[in-house]
Amino acid sequence: MSDAPLAPAPAAPLFTVEGLTRRYGARIGCEDVSFELWPGEVMGIVGESGSGKSTLLSCISGQMDPDAGRVRYATRDLGTVDVRALSEPRRRMLMRTDWAFVHQNPRDGLRMTVSAGANVGERLMAVGARHYGAIRESATDWLGKVEIAPERIDDRPAAFSGGMQQRLQIARNLVTGPRLVFMDEPTGGLDVSVQARLLDLIRGLVRELGLSAIIVTHDLAVVRLLADRLMVMKGGRVVETGLTDQVLDDPQHPYTQLLVSSVLQA
Amino acid sequence: MTAAAPTRADPDYNFAYLDEQTKRMIRRALLKAVAIPGYQVPFASREMPMPYGWGTGGVQVTAATLTPEDTLKVIDQGADDTTNAVSIRKFFQRVAGVATTEATAEATLIQTRHRIPETPLTEGQILVYQVPIPEPLRYLEPRETETRKMHALEEYGLMHVKLYEDIARHGHIATSYAYPVKVEGRYVMDPSPIPKFDNPKMSNSPALQLFGAGREQRIYAIPPWTEVVSLDFEDHPFDPGGAREACALCDARGVYLDEVIVDDAGGRMFVCSDTDHCRGRIEAGHVGASAPAAAPHGAPA
Repeated sequence: MSDAPLAPAPAAPLFTVEGLTRRYGARIGCEDVSFELWPGEVMGIVGESGSGKSTLLSCISGQMDPDAGRVRYATRDLGTVDVRALSEPRRRMLMRTDWAFVHQNPRDGLRMTVSAGANVGERLMAVGARHYGAIRESATDWLGKVEIAPERIDDRPAAFSGGMQQRLQIARNLVTGPRLVFMDEPTGGLDVSVQARLLDLIRGLVRELGLSAIIVTHDLAVVRLLADRLMVMKGGRVVETGLTDQVLDDPQHPYTQLLVSSVLQA
Repeated sequence: MTAAAPTRADPDYNFAYLDEQTKRMIRRALLKAVAIPGYQVPFASREMPMPYGWGTGGVQVTAATLTPEDTLKVIDQGADDTTNAVSIRKFFQRVAGVATTEATAEATLIQTRHRIPETPLTEGQILVYQVPIPEPLRYLEPRETETRKMHALEEYGLMHVKLYEDIARHGHIATSYAYPVKVEGRYVMDPSPIPKFDNPKMSNSPALQLFGAGREQRIYAIPPWTEVVSLDFEDHPFDPGGAREACALCDARGVYLDEVIVDDAGGRMFVCSDTDHCRGRIEAGHVGASAPAAAPHGAPA
């Protein structure tokens, strides 16, 4: 038995969203969304197309300005800050160090004209790494972690398959050791066997690195595998939240019931 | 050698071609550029009586800084006698009537295309560069809105991505011209397509260095005695390169040499790219390996 104390229970949520609203003219993008994300927790956001989940993700990840509401994040050095009140350099710094964003289409998240190694190294160089050997070593290391053969380090992502591109995008995002990862349909557009391996990989990385993640998807199987908690959206509003298994096994809201019953049982 | 005394400018043109308001506008941009070393100042570039790509930016900066007392030197890839240099020199002879020279030391204003003279510049001299693409991040990030933001926030990691790619593909930093530099620890700047061999000459130069990009409508500057550092990696430091040979005409070493193919059998010779420097050495009695007896520079060997 070790006498080392257990890691203290986190005292505050990592990421807090309060009353977030975004409208497109008269139409609602998302309305009055509030939730908390605790360190090490993975939250899924599900809903059909047009339910506002992508709008929500853009707003909370700082890519779009919400019309109302607050987004707060517990930084490593400054305590909990209001993300929108941060100066732009600090916010951009946060987005490329502490946060990561995995796009649905890897082409949106990768730099297609440079090699895989440079893609992984970019975030390191952006935070001041200036030693080629060290950058390359950590790129090789990360390619290994996402199951890309090290000899492909100098190939361009255009020469990779869709699944490899997605894994490369994940490596590129995780190389700076972020604490919070936003994923927008990470398995979209991949065939099922590749999806399964990618989900396995993501699950392993999330557990191993203690990441917190917010995953937007319409695929209930994805959240079943990855998410601790689930938020169901419809028409821009949150209609149901709860533990993943609880929501999926005992859906309360009519829309959630419809969603769960629409899944084909293989 | 063609040095010409001041002549009477063509009375049909305003002094140095541009009207006074335009020169004033360019001078304002230049003052701002000097105040913020390495920062690209937008300016309302005029259409000049020459095509884009022939040095319209440099010509406008020269026109705005030229005074009747100036002595002008124009070089193109180090040479005073190539088309671009000759026509720009004649242009200013006609529209400004200024004295011209080929001797670097005698010039007060030097317009250059892609070289810095070998003869060290002195205080009071102005070096005007012709710039095709002023944005060093252009090929990595095509959006101007984004590159401006990157400059503003000093997000220059992407520049190193390019150097990383070079090393990954070629084993060393293969960028040999337009090699990116950081000016006074702040702005990353494209030094125009000068060979990287010339990069160290930009740093702490006593002369004022002005850069004009006509088509892209940008002006930037390096004031005298400003630190200019070529970007590199800790384990792949910047190497200015340069030929190991000596100039075949004047036996100069440690200068930038042009490789000239002389026959169909693979014969080649290396000669100074800076013609003024080469002639000066030949006149001082230096003799290269294949120098013809008492032939002037540029004569067929």
